[in-house]
Amino acid sequence: MVTLRVRADRDVCIGAGMCVLTAEEVFDQDDEGVVVVLMPEPGAGRAEAVGRAVAACPSGALSLEGDQPPVR
Amino acid sequence: MSEAPVLPLHMRRDGFDPVPELSALREGEGVRRVTTPLGLEAWLVTRFADVREVLGDSERFSNVLHRAVRVPGMEGYTEEELARLRAGNMLACDPPEHTRLRRMLTPEFTVRRMRALEPRVRRIVADHLDAMERGGPPADLVSAFALPVPSLVICELLGVPHTDRGDFQRRTSRMLDLSLSFQERTQAQRESREYMAGLVARAAADPGDDLLGMLVREHGDDLSADELAGIGSLLLLAGHETTANMLALGTLALLRHPVQMALLRKEPERIEAAVEELLRWLSIVHSGAFKVTTTDVEIAGVRIPEGEAVVCVLPAANRDPGLVPDPDRLDITRGGLGHVAFGHGVHHCLGAPLARMELRIAFPALLERFPGLRETGRAPEFRSFHIVYGLNSLEVAW
Ligand code: HEM
Ligand code: SF4
Repeated sequence: MVTLRVRADRDVCIGAGMCVLTAEEVFDQDDEGVVVVLMPEPGAGRAEAVGRAVAACPSGALSLEGDQPPVR
Repeated sequence: MSEAPVLPLHMRRDGFDPVPELSALREGEGVRRVTTPLGLEAWLVTRFADVREVLGDSERFSNVLHRAVRVPGMEGYTEEELARLRAGNMLACDPPEHTRLRRMLTPEFTVRRMRALEPRVRRIVADHLDAMERGGPPADLVSAFALPVPSLVICELLGVPHTDRGDFQRRTSRMLDLSLSFQERTQAQRESREYMAGLVARAAADPGDDLLGMLVREHGDDLSADELAGIGSLLLLAGHETTANMLALGTLALLRHPVQMALLRKEPERIEAAVEELLRWLSIVHSGAFKVTTTDVEIAGVRIPEGEAVVCVLPAANRDPGLVPDPDRLDITRGGLGHVAFGHGVHHCLGAPLARMELRIAFPALLERFPGLRETGRAPEFRSFHIVYGLNSLEVAW
């Protein structure tokens, strides 16, 4: 099985914080409000929440690699 | 203008719901060209997936409307005047200009910053509930609670004297009222900017800890005085009109759905999901800013030429069965974040974390304070012609 990896494009992020609200252990915002990935390999247990965060991100800054969880 | 104003299709509602014609449009061809009563030809986009596509693509759908589209009423103004009225308005520009402004503000609206503000918001909510309890029943929920709470919060955050609220609330309300002429709305906008310019000048002389002070201190060299006034003016407007109407309309929605209300009272931990569902179901912002196509595009199989205005109908998109099953039913147990009530893409609501925090605090506090909260016999007054849907008044007793 491929491990799930989350990637964030910090140049694209608009700092809306939807990811932090959806999966707090995985994402944070730095002092500028830009996304920081705390857990690049969040594991299967968090796959669903991470999938929702990726779908909810308004700027399209987040992407997944590996086994994709069903989105929404 | 002498004729009675006609409400644009994308703003028409039956109480809480978008009119059947909008649902039919979404289920039918999805996209239609209409002449808005403002005299502007525009394409309405109604399906959830299409709305996300449009809002998510600022290259093909630009917010710089004026470059291609003439809004009736604009003729009497010089380019310079119009440019001044647009300065600092994030909703009127595209990346990279938009990115530059937005980056200066995002640090102030992070989830963490909002958590730090929570105790103060709780205090403001409790004070207003105290006053409402002392003065009633009955009470007008709009003037006693829904409007003053977010208004005071945004004033403190920005550094705007709350004693000026009578004046600026009247102005922002006029800016958003489409039953007024372009000239009247522009006049209100100009007054708002002049007012804000005074506050900016004061902040420049003695920058405080508030947002205006921060902008002057940290970005004073990169921002013109017009831009600073524009940013302040947009935040003041967006910061209280929206949350206020969510509070009033959301309370009415719960009062009219007793089963949902009872569930939320019994299990207050459902508040986060309930707020998301109310945002989706009510979609108080009828549409995002009008967009203009920068090239020929195709949406829902319909070709739209370059240089045309496009309007995303948020209430229709949020009631799309492609988003949630049985979309016209209010169901606080679903509560996903996937709706477009805050928009989508680079212009996604800057204040969303603030609005969510205020709503998550204010609704439960109101319900807890008044276990017998109910409507009186007087019918609430819906506010149809505003860019933000809501209530002018809601008389309640307890
Ligand atoms: C429940 C309350 C609110 C709702 C439903 C709401 C809705 C929206 C929507 C739909 C947009 C996108 C408009 C578009 O795409 O053209 C937006 C943008 C915006 N909102 Fe809100 N809003 C709310 C509260 C707030 C608050 C409290 C603030 C201020 C502190 C705020 C500030 C803004 C700003 C500055 C923008 C423009 C962002 C940009 O262009 O990058 N909003 N809002
Ligand atoms: S949801 Fe997207 S835009 Fe918002 S902070 Fe997270 S990555 Fe950035």
